[in-house]
Amino acid sequence: MTHPGGRVLLAHGDGGLLTHRLISEVFLPRLGNPVLLRREDAAVLTLEADAVAFTTDSFVVRPLFFPGGDIGRLAVCGTVNDLTMVGARPLFLSAGFLLEEGLDLEVLGRVLDSMRAAAAEAGVQVVAADTKVVERGSVDGVFINTAGLGVLSPGERLGPEMVRPGDRLLVSGSLGEHELAVVVARGDLGIESDIRSDCAPLNGLVGEIMARCPGALRFMRDPTRGGLATVACEMAAACGMDFYLHEESIPVGEEARGLCDLLGLDPLYLANEGKFLAVVDRAQAESVLEVCRAHPLGASAALVGEVRPGRGHAYLVTALGGTRRLELLTGAQFPRIC
Amino acid sequence: MLPVEGERLLWDRFRDPGVARGLVDRIRARVARELGGHVTLMEVCGTHTVAISRSGIRAALRDAVTLVSGPGCPVCVTPPEDVDAMVALAETDVTVFTFGDMMRVPGTSGSLEAVRARGARVQVAYSPMDAVSYAATHTREQVVFLAVGFETTAPGVALAVGRARELGLTNFAIYPAHKLIPPALRALLDGEIGVRGFLLPGHVSTVIGRRALAFLAEEYGMPAVIAGFEPVDILVAIDRLTGMLARGEAGVVNAYSRAVREEGNVLAQEAMWSCFEPVDATWRGLGLIPSSGLGLRPGWDEFDARRRFTIRVRPAEDAATGCRCGDVLRGLLLPPRCPLFARVCTPATPRGPCMVSSEGACAAYFRYERGDEDDAPRGAGAPGPR
Amino acid sequence: MCLAVPVRVLTRDGEWGEVQSGGTRLRVALHFVPEAGPGDWVLVHAGVAIAVLDEEEARQSLALLEELNAPGGR
Repeated sequence: MTHPGGRVLLAHGDGGLLTHRLISEVFLPRLGNPVLLRREDAAVLTLEADAVAFTTDSFVVRPLFFPGGDIGRLAVCGTVNDLTMVGARPLFLSAGFLLEEGLDLEVLGRVLDSMRAAAAEAGVQVVAADTKVVERGSVDGVFINTAGLGVLSPGERLGPEMVRPGDRLLVSGSLGEHELAVVVARGDLGIESDIRSDCAPLNGLVGEIMARCPGALRFMRDPTRGGLATVACEMAAACGMDFYLHEESIPVGEEARGLCDLLGLDPLYLANEGKFLAVVDRAQAESVLEVCRAHPLGASAALVGEVRPGRGHAYLVTALGGTRRLELLTGAQFPRIC
Repeated sequence: MLPVEGERLLWDRFRDPGVARGLVDRIRARVARELGGHVTLMEVCGTHTVAISRSGIRAALRDAVTLVSGPGCPVCVTPPEDVDAMVALAETDVTVFTFGDMMRVPGTSGSLEAVRARGARVQVAYSPMDAVSYAATHTREQVVFLAVGFETTAPGVALAVGRARELGLTNFAIYPAHKLIPPALRALLDGEIGVRGFLLPGHVSTVIGRRALAFLAEEYGMPAVIAGFEPVDILVAIDRLTGMLARGEAGVVNAYSRAVREEGNVLAQEAMWSCFEPVDATWRGLGLIPSSGLGLRPGWDEFDARRRFTIRVRPAEDAATGCRCGDVLRGLLLPPRCPLFARVCTPATPRGPCMVSSEGACAAYFRYERGDEDDAPRGAGAPGPR
Repeated sequence: MCLAVPVRVLTRDGEWGEVQSGGTRLRVALHFVPEAGPGDWVLVHAGVAIAVLDEEEARQSLALLEELNAPGGR
């Protein structure tokens, strides 16, 4: 590395020689693809599609690296998943980086390597990138903003208007792992755990479901911040129908359950980065479940409930057989002693 | 690597939904047959409040058993002056460590979470020992641990203070705000109370022992059962209570025998009393209860943050806001009957501690007991918001 | 008012020990449970063990429950 001291300097952001070097020596070798390597002011892309899906997201996480992922992987997978949730096939990403003055270039290199690997896994390319350097203390190491572009074929569009009473609810796997992995990785709690973030791109799994069970998927969201309960509330409200989740069917891994018990956290409200909640045509629900379970990212998928006519609320049927209404999360959960 | 599958099988059997459902049926049948169709009991402990709501027990027993929440929520009963003092401390150069439960509690000028957003050094600790370890490695910072909680928590805090002394730390202190359960129960029973029996806190009892609660039967003639926190534990306790009521028996029964002994945990008690002594304390909503709090003994008061730092706080009055937490904590008012409930007082915009604490009765009702479109729990009789 | 969970003791050195719950490990204070050793189950609250869990008592409680729930049980 030909950078003085191996750290990001404010001068790396001034557009001159150091910026040039940062881009050619650190960014391009790692993210490089034919489009990006043209180094034009904008990426020119050709799309063949009936409709285009477009999303944007920003990624902030502390610590930058945690078991199962890092901010770079999170940025790629999060963007890919947003596109996947509306039924689109993700193709292109942009990534804007805010680098903290003093950031170790080796750390930046690892983040970019991780992004390249995640992009390859998802079959997408980062075709536009930008970087700015900000004063020490303004950001936590690095913040990443992305935009994502995907294409939709006829009949692939998913949305709340497609939901019907009687449709089933499917969760693609066990809950809470991402948020728990990050909380443990912060190291504030003196706990060691084997838990790993579930951060992963879902377009492969969803693509398989759409190919093998055409028309089965109606509406889906990924339960990131706020967890499954929050997403269920939002989805139910969007459809204007009631969602009923059955507590005993909801998959939560042993590790996650143990950590939740220890810290007083509710797994229904913890963030996931490699799972989805889908409304599925009742007739094809079992087939969709089979396709999920045969895929590495869907091994613990489960049918967890159903849609009923109603006023747009989400409910949990408890193991005792009672029903209680789910609410949106009001503020992140703190570990409790009471 | 030990096998993970089924490691907790024995303890997890206290979560068995089939057994729980059987107990619900038993309880309902007995209440109908022998108790005139309805009975009101108090569950003292905030952790029970949440467990009962979250598991659906409150709903499952609706119309047969009414479970009112008592003052066993340490966050709920912390007076606003103390919250304000904790916030004021955080606004100085002190590093404040707290249990997560306290982060969102509003004083008169904001919460710890709010003051952290403005740049204060506030950290959530899982254990009081974490604060001591931090103080030992950050000797240029003054560290204060907010010592909230009941007898379950105080012995651990005592251990932490002891460790600070061992290490010779001059930068560690606690803000003492612990409270004791037996005096609060006496205060409730000496006043107006509308319940026929008590579900007693299993983990406080683990420390203080069944013996420390025997007075409920011996002096007040009440039936009471010490309960664990899994659904089956809670239902077994309610089942025992209804049985005692049907037979007209008073008594304090230990239904959490896998953890609670007659004399409790003597070592934990000794640790607690080695550095703490009983002091008069104000319980939000209940007022002053003599000898119901813990203060640092004279030999230990160098660790009292109120002596070490000058904390300026205005005395607060929450009666003006219309908050009825006091009546809720006495079991005299069910949350939905408070005029502010779900209208102006919600978890996002709490008016009082019972709504902001994750285990406050009002928060539990709001989160777990709402069933239908007018946002009032069935059977509670409260009008919905309009 | 108190979250406390059953965890298994892995190792003990003096008054501290390493405990495990599933794949999670943490260091807790064992000062109040001098009798607890590797393999025992303790209740941990805020990083401090407050009781040793009695497996025999637990089994007896569960057995009693099964009797109650059996047909004809009162």
